[in-house]
Amino acid sequence: MSISGIEVGGREAVAAEAVLDVTKVEGRSQWQLTWRRLRQDKVAIASLIIILVMVVLAIAAPAFVAITHHPPNVTYPNQGETAAGNPVPPGTAGFWLGTDGSGRDLFIRILYGARISLFVGFVTTALGAIAGVTIGLIAGYFGGFIDTILARFTDAVLAFPYVVLALALAVVLGPSLIVIIGVISFFSWAAIARIVRGQTLSIKEKEYIEAARSLGAGPFRIMFLDILPNLLAPVLVIATLYIPTAVVFEATLSYLGLGILPPTASWGNILADAQNFYQVAWWYVVFPAAALLITTLAFNLLGDGIRDAMDPRTERIFAAGRARGRRRRGKRQVLADSAAEVSHVMPSVPPAAGS
Amino acid sequence: MSMAVPADDDVLVRIDNLVKYFPVRSVGLIRRTVGHVQAVDDVSLSIPRGKTLGLVGETGSGKSTLARCVAGLIPVTSGRVTFDGRDITNVSRRAMRPVRREIQMIFQDPYSSLNPRRRVGAIIGEPFAIHKTASGSARKRAVQELMERVGLNPEHYNRFPAEFSGGQRQRIGVARALALRPKLIICDEPVSALDVSIQAQVLNLLADLQRDYGLTYLFIAHDLEVVRHVSDAVAVMYLGRICELGPKEQVYRSPRHPYTNALLSAAPAADPDAAAGRQRIILAGDVPSPIDPPSGCRFHPRCPKAQPLCSETEPQLEVQAGDAATHVTACHFPVMAGENLASAVRSELS
Repeated sequence: MSISGIEVGGREAVAAEAVLDVTKVEGRSQWQLTWRRLRQDKVAIASLIIILVMVVLAIAAPAFVAITHHPPNVTYPNQGETAAGNPVPPGTAGFWLGTDGSGRDLFIRILYGARISLFVGFVTTALGAIAGVTIGLIAGYFGGFIDTILARFTDAVLAFPYVVLALALAVVLGPSLIVIIGVISFFSWAAIARIVRGQTLSIKEKEYIEAARSLGAGPFRIMFLDILPNLLAPVLVIATLYIPTAVVFEATLSYLGLGILPPTASWGNILADAQNFYQVAWWYVVFPAAALLITTLAFNLLGDGIRDAMDPRTERIFAAGRARGRRRRGKRQVLADSAAEVSHVMPSVPPAAGS
Repeated sequence: MSMAVPADDDVLVRIDNLVKYFPVRSVGLIRRTVGHVQAVDDVSLSIPRGKTLGLVGETGSGKSTLARCVAGLIPVTSGRVTFDGRDITNVSRRAMRPVRREIQMIFQDPYSSLNPRRRVGAIIGEPFAIHKTASGSARKRAVQELMERVGLNPEHYNRFPAEFSGGQRQRIGVARALALRPKLIICDEPVSALDVSIQAQVLNLLADLQRDYGLTYLFIAHDLEVVRHVSDAVAVMYLGRICELGPKEQVYRSPRHPYTNALLSAAPAADPDAAAGRQRIILAGDVPSPIDPPSGCRFHPRCPKAQPLCSETEPQLEVQAGDAATHVTACHFPVMAGENLASAVRSELS
């Protein structure tokens, strides 16, 4: 009796365990899988950390003002300039990265420039992505006349010499943040729209789209609930690669005096002013340029990493890397073994030399 | 059950002279229409309530196009589809909405008919979301009941389609089709992508559901044994037309159209001894293009019994001598019982 009782109890325990397992197993979403792969990519993770640090620094810019007591647009003609009126070098009189041509704190101005650059980068990319996805989905899903109009319009925007047009617009409308955001957004949606349209054309032929239609789903439900989730991966990758383009574009416009106007700090107009001082103040050129370079490089490398992580085929590359690592370890082991052997054959050689 | 002249209140779906042509356009900037694919040409059918009509035919015979016309997924060129007494031919999406709940589809490929980015719970729950019949925990409960009903573990609610086998995926498709308690389910080759052992499970599930919920099926397949297993009546399609239509037993026991004979003789038999004694009719040539179908009887270029009349006059679906009133065949020279078509082909070839 007791034995059978134990047996039954045991079986019940096993069954309960099985049920528990079943509830624990939850499908890994595409994002979880992507994150797992991305985590193994050291370059991408380093880029992500750099971007996060940059964002935190930009957000915390007022805190640094509180620490240094150097607001971004205040000049310090006495401590911040040499007798000849040139910028003072880093570390002088509480200016961590020195001062600029007007005797303002360069570090604080670079932080405030980061606020502008990152804001423009994120906002224009978000606007461009929303517009591009919407236009691409509508063109690809509805097809026909709507597609012809939208696709030709997209091609026309892509064919524009956009730097020239942006300069002309900035001249006509007058430089301002709104104009910059508008101009950059206008030129960033088209490439996204084209890719989304192409993907939509292929996805809308899938049977699950027909299934949704047979259930009575309307076109917008199908576009945004059934097609869009399948497009988020490529859109995210392009968007990540577009942010640095927008950052550089903003810097270019500001550098040319058609973007953010002084005294508001922007990486572009800091660099433009730095030109006049590069012979006497290397820091004035190097630090804002480095900020721009590091930020754009980090976004580009992160975008590449996300693309690799989202494409399941790159798994093979990782697998090959792991195999190479194993082989190398294996060879080292073989070398160590052969060294041990040599030392064994020739006792005159001390074993320590082999290892 | 009567197929040829059905009493109207017994009929759930009625198709009258349905025609579906797809325009063929020239390539280039100005796309002129240069011809039409005659996917479905003048098809009339009716499906009685609670019964299963099997639709067989080769690839490209227009079976799936016919199904999509009935489901209202593609517009009809001409003809009429009546569902439950309502004319649903080319009605607007808004007018179609209540009918959508009553006509559902099960698709052929369980791998492409489920959105890979959505969880199973969302896929099966989508009909409730679209028709706003249940939300929140009520929807989740309904979905889990459906999953249990079709033989899936309700705990797998949060999984993605990729984590299921082909048979399980097709069960997900069945659960989705069942969600709104439809009257008609159009099964577009629901088992042809599955292993034979899994096919039987899914077919038995469909049979159970039909019994429990009084469902009507339009069952499309190219596997004759599957159709024999599930159908009450069978329609054989060739190049967009129906060439033979009748109760299952009669079509399988005494096929009258030469094409039906050829199809049945080509089907692999489960019993090899029986297969050995059987004469295979090997049809010459390929299926002609539906853009430019043959004149007269569309089967005549490949028919072992073809006569000059066949290329001139198109045969109509008629009750042939010796057949029941429900068994109709479109042939000028229907096959007689005991007639050996295989030898006719062989003598022609030699």
